[in-house]
Amino acid sequence: MGDHLFEFLLRQGDNTLILSHRISEWCGHAPIIEEDIALANIALDLLGQTQMWLGLAAEVEGAGRSADDLAMLRDAWDFRNAILVERPNGDFGQTMMRQFLFDAYHVELLNRLANSTDERIAAIAAKSLKEVEYHFERSATTVIALGDGSEESHARMQAALDDQWTFAGELFETDAGDHALNDAGIAPLPSELRAGFNTRAIAVLGDATLNIPETTFAHSGGRSGKRHSEHLGHLLTQMQWLQRAYPGATW
Amino acid sequence: MYAQMVKSENTDSGPELDAFQARIDAGEKIEPKDWMPAGYRKTLIRQISQHAHSEIVGQLPEGNWITRAPTLERKAILLAKVQDEAGHGLYLYCAAETLGVSRDELTEMLLDGRMKYSSIFNYPTLTWADIGAIGWLVDGAAIMNQVPLQRTSYGPYARAMVRICKEESFHQRQGYDIMMKMAQGSEAQKRMAQDALNRYWYPSLMMFGPSDKESVHSAQSMSWRIKINSNDELRQKFVDQTVPQAEYLGLTVPDENLRLDPETGHYKFSEPDWTEFFEVLNGNGPCNKERLEARNKAWDDGQWVRDGMMAHARKKAARAASAKVVAE
Ligand SMILES: [Fe+2]
Ligand SMILES: [Fe+2]
Ligand SMILES: [Fe+2]
Repeated sequence: MGDHLFEFLLRQGDNTLILSHRISEWCGHAPIIEEDIALANIALDLLGQTQMWLGLAAEVEGAGRSADDLAMLRDAWDFRNAILVERPNGDFGQTMMRQFLFDAYHVELLNRLANSTDERIAAIAAKSLKEVEYHFERSATTVIALGDGSEESHARMQAALDDQWTFAGELFETDAGDHALNDAGIAPLPSELRAGFNTRAIAVLGDATLNIPETTFAHSGGRSGKRHSEHLGHLLTQMQWLQRAYPGATW
Repeated sequence: MYAQMVKSENTDSGPELDAFQARIDAGEKIEPKDWMPAGYRKTLIRQISQHAHSEIVGQLPEGNWITRAPTLERKAILLAKVQDEAGHGLYLYCAAETLGVSRDELTEMLLDGRMKYSSIFNYPTLTWADIGAIGWLVDGAAIMNQVPLQRTSYGPYARAMVRICKEESFHQRQGYDIMMKMAQGSEAQKRMAQDALNRYWYPSLMMFGPSDKESVHSAQSMSWRIKINSNDELRQKFVDQTVPQAEYLGLTVPDENLRLDPETGHYKFSEPDWTEFFEVLNGNGPCNKERLEARNKAWDDGQWVRDGMMAHARKKAARAASAKVVAE
């Protein structure tokens, strides 16, 4: 169970860490100042959640590592985030579509985790949920506005959806570890979250006048760590640079 | 400062102007709907928007290290700090808009080079210690200037400054804290910290602008209470405050002539290279091109987003209007 729990916590913390990192790349470059501020807000929320998830992961592991060690000193194959969140930002529409797909999953997940039998997990989830409900509101509103906006914004949002859709499926992938945690009442099966996700996606993407791709194909390899995309290595090269270049220094 | 060498002009005269000056001398606030001389309005627009542009362009050098911050905590602090600066830009654009210009107009003037931003943001951030140096020195210099501006004569500007100043002291503290960690750290970290101070010292002194003893603009701006202290006064205050802080860190201010004058209690120090300052203002700083290119790219790439949101707002309004007709 300990291994499964550690893996589960890494999956949570790595999703929020890597997505936060990607969003933070927008800082100073967004289309409108208000969006710049809002994106920084989301990145900050996710970073705070990362500190909680990876902090608990480090505690559960009990190997003397800290949340920072986990973030800064693991190589790509030890990361457990879904490939969706490591994908490059693309244009603003792609960033917001990725955010929307993740938020729709994230709200469903946290709703369930808030009732976890593990009190530490329930507490982190309850705290995160308040933030993530707002993230969902915001990304849904933006996806609707741009989907149902100008001809160009509509076309870009449809392209973004076509591009990202096959990466959302991995969020619902379910393995033996998930079953073990589910049996213990610690976490829901990711596959159980799909229906709620679909309801949200159909409603919002419908209002956005966008067509959900017909394919049922889903990329995978991130949450298992078996095969990340090439992008993760470059992201880590940047994120971990100082810790790698000056081992043992305190900052 | 964030607003450097703002041209001040006065073309009005007569009883209205006298009454206006009397209000300012009495310490009253001028509000957007009040009568004001054209020169006062023009000068304020220049100064406030230069300040706003500086906050926005100022996101770039620090933003350059967000993705490389050494710890989760440092990353969160830096991200929050840079986000604050965007918020400062927003407050200031709003204050400028009360004078009858739009944010879009001002943005276009920044992007095509008609309007300036502070020279300091044309310097590169090369190491993590530069993030410390910017918080400590650049925000420190900004505070020197902004604290008195909370009492400036134009109401919306003064109120924007009050909000901004609340956040600036946190900015300076986080910068000094970064420097402290590095100054007490490994040899490499100490070297990094000293190098950052070496590169940012004189550009920070330049932030206050050249000596304004003989400047007519300054005199006019001061009588309007748009400018509260002289450039030299603020620069001296900054040096007096900062040198002991550098000593406490065990770092050396890169100025051979620096010494405490026992008679005045103030430090004597070398002037920055004003030729370099004017080159930077004229577009020849180390990062002028990159900074403006980055802002232009953000604006151009964001065009479809702004257009799309506007189109959606129009559609929504039209739908609401037709729904109302149907209901009636
Ligand atoms: Fe600021
Ligand atoms: Fe600032
Ligand atoms: Fe600041």
